[in-house]
Amino acid sequence: MKHLLSIADLERGDIERILEIAESFAAVADRDIKKVPTLRGRTVVNLFYEASTRTSSSFELAAKRLSADLISIRSAGSAVDKGESLKDTVATLSAYDPAAIVIRSPWAGSAQIVARSSSASVVNAGDGKHEHPSQALLDLFTLLQHVKSLEGKEIWIVGDVLHSRVARSNVLAFSRMGARVTVAGPPTLIPRDVEMLGCDIAYDLERLGEADVIYSLRMQHERMSDAFVPSLREYISCFQIDSRRLQPRQLLMHPGPVNRGVELSAEVIESPQALIADQVASGVVVRMAILYELLTSSRADAPRSGSPISTVEQPA
Amino acid sequence: MRMRLSARSGPPAALVVARVHVLDPRRGIDGLHDVLVRGGQIAELAPAGTLDASDGAETIEGDGLHLFPGFVDPHVHLRTPGREDEEDLESGTRAAAAGGFCCVLAMPNTEPVVDNAAVLRSLQQRAGVEAVIPVGFLAAITKGQAGAELTEMVELATEGAAGFSDDGVPVTSARRIQHALQYQRLCGGVLALHEEDPALSGDGAMHEGAVSALLGLAGIPSISESTMIERDARIARYEGGQLHVLHVSAAESVEAIARAKDDGVRITCEVTPHHLTLTDEAVRSLDPRFKMNPPLRGERDRQALIEALRAGTIDCIATDHAPHSREEKEAPFEQAPMGVTGLETAFAALYTDLVTAGVIDLPLLVERMTAGGVPYGLAPPSVAPGALANFCLVDLNAPWIVGEAGYESRSENSCFAGRPVRGKVVMTIAAGTVAYRERAFSIRLAKGSLVAGPGTRG
Repeated sequence: MKHLLSIADLERGDIERILEIAESFAAVADRDIKKVPTLRGRTVVNLFYEASTRTSSSFELAAKRLSADLISIRSAGSAVDKGESLKDTVATLSAYDPAAIVIRSPWAGSAQIVARSSSASVVNAGDGKHEHPSQALLDLFTLLQHVKSLEGKEIWIVGDVLHSRVARSNVLAFSRMGARVTVAGPPTLIPRDVEMLGCDIAYDLERLGEADVIYSLRMQHERMSDAFVPSLREYISCFQIDSRRLQPRQLLMHPGPVNRGVELSAEVIESPQALIADQVASGVVVRMAILYELLTSSRADAPRSGSPISTVEQPA
Repeated sequence: MRMRLSARSGPPAALVVARVHVLDPRRGIDGLHDVLVRGGQIAELAPAGTLDASDGAETIEGDGLHLFPGFVDPHVHLRTPGREDEEDLESGTRAAAAGGFCCVLAMPNTEPVVDNAAVLRSLQQRAGVEAVIPVGFLAAITKGQAGAELTEMVELATEGAAGFSDDGVPVTSARRIQHALQYQRLCGGVLALHEEDPALSGDGAMHEGAVSALLGLAGIPSISESTMIERDARIARYEGGQLHVLHVSAAESVEAIARAKDDGVRITCEVTPHHLTLTDEAVRSLDPRFKMNPPLRGERDRQALIEALRAGTIDCIATDHAPHSREEKEAPFEQAPMGVTGLETAFAALYTDLVTAGVIDLPLLVERMTAGGVPYGLAPPSVAPGALANFCLVDLNAPWIVGEAGYESRSENSCFAGRPVRGKVVMTIAAGTVAYRERAFSIRLAKGSLVAGPGTRG
């Protein structure tokens, strides 16, 4: 695999391979020294055109734990901010011969543009409201720590689906792995024809009890001003996941950051069913796996070893 | 109101096209003929093999070629004044001639907007020097296309404005449409409307449907177009005015227009080649070359447009040729401007996708591609003895790849780029003058020593 641009591009086998690699990196994460020499001498560029805490820091940590050299560029204060086009920024960065470029952008298709204008492997770390494939992979990884398989599982994605790249990637990822996905939320925040992605639609939470997993989305405050919902108060009463709605048998996920008291009540965030902290922890190992998969399979002169762990065990 | 068409003057064509397949659906001509052009006029249409070149006239061997009345494009953006880096009157009309067009009508959303007689006159004068085929210029409905005050429609009409349009932006105020239609009684001039309700289209970047749901792009719903058509058709009916609906894209829109026509509203409409051949599926690539307004719609819409073209609900084909610079179109999809070029590809794209595929027949395509001026009161070109020569020669079997040999246009934002197509315009005569000769065609003629007379250098 050369790039990770979208879950839509991936076959189930691709997803399973990355999850397997992540599993072996998880073993490394338990050691005192969490660094492996796999990407020594290679450069990873983090290009973030949008504020991000957990995605950018976990990609940084993933690159560092793989011993890559890392450049992090944020739009504020950079040439990007001075009106340089994405294509020109990528051309400039290409002078450093990066092995991978991780890009986050407010515009759909930015990762494809980078992939077309650079020879580096490109990771889409979120493009507009389109996709966030590494989030979907870490969510799968997290979930599979708790259930054996997603085959036949009912997963409900609840909230502002319209504006969520996480929802789009996760509908595709969960259903690729055999789950039955339902998206739920107010009709103004469910995209028209979204069922074509292979999910069901619910405009209320009456049947939420059928879910094995509830995946809650962040409710952006600015959606109020756009009049997508009449009031936050009413939204909360209709769609908040609270202890009344969350059943003991159900698992609860959220991509973060949580609006405590809006989409999730405080008690469910702290409930044993909530996997939110596990998701963050999975972020690093899954992103290590992504960089490993892209950077060792796309280089003809670097024959792959059977497992990333075997690389770890070779003396540096 | 009388439309003024402006073009630079050229030597009157004098030539014989021998044994060419003439197809002029309006006149019922569909067969092999010799066509004699003398002094820029069609002098004679004779049975194949009977005409000899008169003194000094060039003979063009028409074997394997078709001769159609020249196409008329009622909707182009020539970006002049203001964005001559994207297109100018010379390059835009050369692109048109290369596409077989003998006349185009240019939209007024330039910088500055064509909203007063001074700008209109200066454009007409420049076209008189630069344009290789006749150009008519529409003027804006409202000053600066800002939607607030009407332009000086009477003066603009007197100066020969082709019609009135705020194309690029909708006229959102029903009151403004009503006033403009009332003024139409005084000055004439069709109102050509870009129908879109911005409250519904918002910051949409593509058609609202399954593909926008997948890509997370804000959608432009079909009803943003059709509801405005319904509204304006009713106002036109009330005022007894005449409307032309620009670039219809949605099934609901052609239904609304068909109903208005049945109700006796004086309403016409046009459709673009890209809406007839492509759907929102193309946008999956997130390639900004597939971004235009109105957006590429669903397959159900495309089928409805084809059906409406057959039924006559859609009166003509218009390219909405909208050049944009490379750097603008290299941006991410949501940031890139709307618009695609279309003059050089219109016939080939439609011939390839619709005619060779058996969806519509060739006479219908030729009829609708030559009818672009009719809504504005221009008679369609005709291959009739005594008429000014306005025709194109087309090699229907010639395969080519869009963009492979570059473009005559200054811009290259074609949504057909890289596509193999059939049907190549090899020569265009506009207003009695040779406006375009395909380079390879000229060389072929020269090699065969078939040519005598002027204008043979490629």
